[in-house]
Amino acid sequence: MAIDYLILLSRQGKVRLAKWFKTMSPKEKGKIVKDVSQLVLSRRTRMCNFLEYKGLNSSYPGFPVDLYTDTKIVYRRYASLFFIASCASTDNELITLEIVHRYVEQMDKYYGNVCELDIIFNFQKAYFILDELLLAGELQESSKKNVLRCISQQDSLEDMETSDEIVKRLDAMGLA
Amino acid sequence: MSSLKQFIRNVRASKTIADERAVVQKESAAIRASFREESGDSNVRRNNVAKLLYLFTLGERTHFGQIECLKLLASPRFADKRLGYLGTMLLLDENQEVLTLVTNSLKNDLNHSNQYVVGLALCTLGNIASVEMSRDLFLEVEKLLGTSNPYIRRKAALCAMRICRKVPDLQEHFTEGAKALLNDRNHGVLLCGLTFVTSMCEADEAEGGEEGIVEIFRPVVPNLVKTLKSLATSGYAPEHDVTGITDPFLQAKILQLLRVLGRNDSATSEQINDILAQVATNTDSSKNVGNSILYEAVLTILDIEADSGLRVLGVNILGKFLANKDNNIRYVALNTLTKVVAVEPNAVQRHRNTILDCLRDPDISIRRRALDLSFTLVNAQNASLLVRELLAFLEVADNEFKATMASQISIAADKFAPNRQWHVDTMLRVFKLAGAYIKEQILSSFVRLIATNPDQQTYCVQKLYASLKEDITQEGLTLAGAWVIGEYGDALLRGGEYEESGVMQRVTESEIVDLFTTILNSAYSSQIASEYIITSAMKLTTRLQDPRQIERIRRLLQERTTDLSVEIQQRAVEYGNLFNYDQVRQGVLERMPAPEIREEQRPFGETAKKTSKHRKLKADQQTKADDLLDLMGGEAPEPAIHTNGTSQANADLLADLLGGSSAATTTAPSQSRPAAQDIMDLFGGNSSGAAQPSSAQPSLNLNNLLGGNGGDSTSKAPTHQAYSKNEISLSLQVQRSAAGAQITARFTNNSNFSRFSAVGLQAAVPKSQKLQLAPINKSELDGGEEGIQQMRIAAATGSLPSKLRLRLKVSYTKEGGAPVTEQVDWTEPA
Repeated sequence: MAIDYLILLSRQGKVRLAKWFKTMSPKEKGKIVKDVSQLVLSRRTRMCNFLEYKGLNSSYPGFPVDLYTDTKIVYRRYASLFFIASCASTDNELITLEIVHRYVEQMDKYYGNVCELDIIFNFQKAYFILDELLLAGELQESSKKNVLRCISQQDSLEDMETSDEIVKRLDAMGLA
Repeated sequence: MSSLKQFIRNVRASKTIADERAVVQKESAAIRASFREESGDSNVRRNNVAKLLYLFTLGERTHFGQIECLKLLASPRFADKRLGYLGTMLLLDENQEVLTLVTNSLKNDLNHSNQYVVGLALCTLGNIASVEMSRDLFLEVEKLLGTSNPYIRRKAALCAMRICRKVPDLQEHFTEGAKALLNDRNHGVLLCGLTFVTSMCEADEAEGGEEGIVEIFRPVVPNLVKTLKSLATSGYAPEHDVTGITDPFLQAKILQLLRVLGRNDSATSEQINDILAQVATNTDSSKNVGNSILYEAVLTILDIEADSGLRVLGVNILGKFLANKDNNIRYVALNTLTKVVAVEPNAVQRHRNTILDCLRDPDISIRRRALDLSFTLVNAQNASLLVRELLAFLEVADNEFKATMASQISIAADKFAPNRQWHVDTMLRVFKLAGAYIKEQILSSFVRLIATNPDQQTYCVQKLYASLKEDITQEGLTLAGAWVIGEYGDALLRGGEYEESGVMQRVTESEIVDLFTTILNSAYSSQIASEYIITSAMKLTTRLQDPRQIERIRRLLQERTTDLSVEIQQRAVEYGNLFNYDQVRQGVLERMPAPEIREEQRPFGETAKKTSKHRKLKADQQTKADDLLDLMGGEAPEPAIHTNGTSQANADLLADLLGGSSAATTTAPSQSRPAAQDIMDLFGGNSSGAAQPSSAQPSLNLNNLLGGNGGDSTSKAPTHQAYSKNEISLSLQVQRSAAGAQITARFTNNSNFSRFSAVGLQAAVPKSQKLQLAPINKSELDGGEEGIQQMRIAAATGSLPSKLRLRLKVSYTKEGGAPVTEQVDWTEPA
């Protein structure tokens, strides 16, 4: 159930976050973003969350040859953002939808009632959360609590460094 | 230097695209300038890289910042590393040269004392590792797989998965470690372990299972069953609960691995049956989470050697899905039922009405799945009912569906028609509704259908004439109409009145000519349509009575003698001259004889089947064609054939000419030319006689001789039969060069008149090689035809082995049968 890529797209068609787990050339990525945005934005509510998309035909060097050039787009809209994930056409799209939902939940918890602006201005954090959730396109942790704990511990590691540095500078200035 | 926040604000404040570009370019220039200053301050560098990542998200060029990213990796600060690795993952991929510079940083950080630094390195490696990196760093990962820290262990597992995919040879280093992961009590580690093992098993299966990876992991099945059971029956577990279900992700993963392990193994399947039944009956289906597990369980049930009761349970779950209000669930059901049709046709037929209803769903994803499924449901009992529904859908279908639908309906009509009248009516309707999307084969089979049914001809010509008068915009309809009116124009006139939308209409000669003139002068008249109409009009000159109308046709042709298309011009000139030979004109423009049954026209059909080597057959046919040419006294048929305006390759044409009626129909319009017809006659007359001597004598010498000089240079490469069953065979021709091997896969329809559709090949090579597979040039094969698919294999590293190995998935649908997909492992013979 590997995810090939994950794109966060605004309703106006602007990319807010893009993570590629499958190696692709910039040209291919551009084409995919364009095609998929168009497909997803034209969907109406209440339609199913799955789309079929042919277009991913580069064979991943070294991977077993892609037997399925058909890919499946699993998307879901949360407020003003579309979360778009691509997987193989044989994958379990329902669980992929759950993974996407899990990502949204985690961000919601982390940012506290997440909105599009949070993701725009703090996009690094959104990537950090994603990297604790997915690796090589696969879910790596099924406990929500664990993921958030890892993120906040890393955040405090950064904060500690910053305060250390301030102390050091004050030291240097002879103020401490 | 402005901050990241300020930069983002500026971009967002831009009112126009031009403003935004200006802001972006200014900032981009500032970042470059700052890079050049080489300030040692890592805060500045971090700020720059963060902005760079924002540029990346906007889709801007960021290549100039790659090195700065790498500099962050070398910093001892966590904040630097965190952003640096993020940037590395986003801005670089395995094909970038600079990636080699990352290896050293990764190596250091994999041995770091802080788990989060190790985690960053593993994450990066797992997402973008190249082949070289995998080789350089697998020992570190192998070590980390055995640490006591679950955070690192799970990341190492997924990292190992990536490494094994990149370099399959490294797999053996990880099998023991992977086995231990499957006994892990930590959900995250177990999840990643399952993912890793599933990936290894599937990769090995794709290779033919020769490493026996699946066997190595089969012993863990009881353990997995136990874990799944405790998950499925456990009460509320806050840590892993999702709307009342305990860790659905883990459950789905276990089901997936059980599927891989139980496939084609009845003993293992036996062990899994109970737990599958339990999951399938006890999982709450009111929410998406529960359904995702049920779906995974159904997939496993359908894939393993499940007992029949369990299968029924699985199909019933899909039936319930189909009745669900949630579109997602219905989509999944439609998608999965398509796989079930072949094994449990009756179970699926029960849901026919629901499936047909889905054809009218507003959601294209649902419609597409429902359409695929509906075609698999057509059989002799329900053909008239289902085809009626499909025709009703064709009327409103999206344009992208029409070509497939037109072909599928005509195949279904051909296979299951209860009577001729129904068959003709169905086809007329298809032409009327989707005339613009008709493929050439469908057109020719329709023409054949009419030509072989004398009692339907008047009816058909009236119907097509009426349709054409209403609508001249659809090329397929125009072609069919032109051909039929040309052939049976006299029947149209003799038929007198016909009913059109409740009103009786008379056909007059002038109206027919009017119609042709309108089409020719309209914007809808393509090259081919014009060719058809010109020939058809010429044929009409012997079928009309009124000299004034014949004169009009003559003038019509006269106008075309200056046509821009050489083909049309030539026809017009030749037909014009034909008016001077009234004594032969009558005979030349006679009705086309009804195409005969193919078998009689294919004297070497039998020998073709017997010669197992495909190349011989090909050479055989070709030289027999040459024989025929000789018999014709050196009159070169090729120019004549080319002027027919068919775009088929010469070889195909020869095969068709020899093979039977399809050529007669596709080239029909221009056969009225005396030269061409003579050639046809010669072929028709001689083919059986001429070919008999050589086919009756199973002369090997002759075959060898023919094999030696028959054909182009590529045929010198050895050809190997890879598959032959159900009257379809596949041969592979391997040609090696320095760059790799080029394989030509040739599908041949060895039958006399069965049609194969959806013919195709998928292939996989060992991981040390790369494969490029082109689509097949012709996926619908009539009797005797062949389709060619090209593959190119190159070694990922080093050179190709002396014997190529391929795993092939051959798929096709034989007329009258269910779709067939078979897996064949092929090794190149020495």
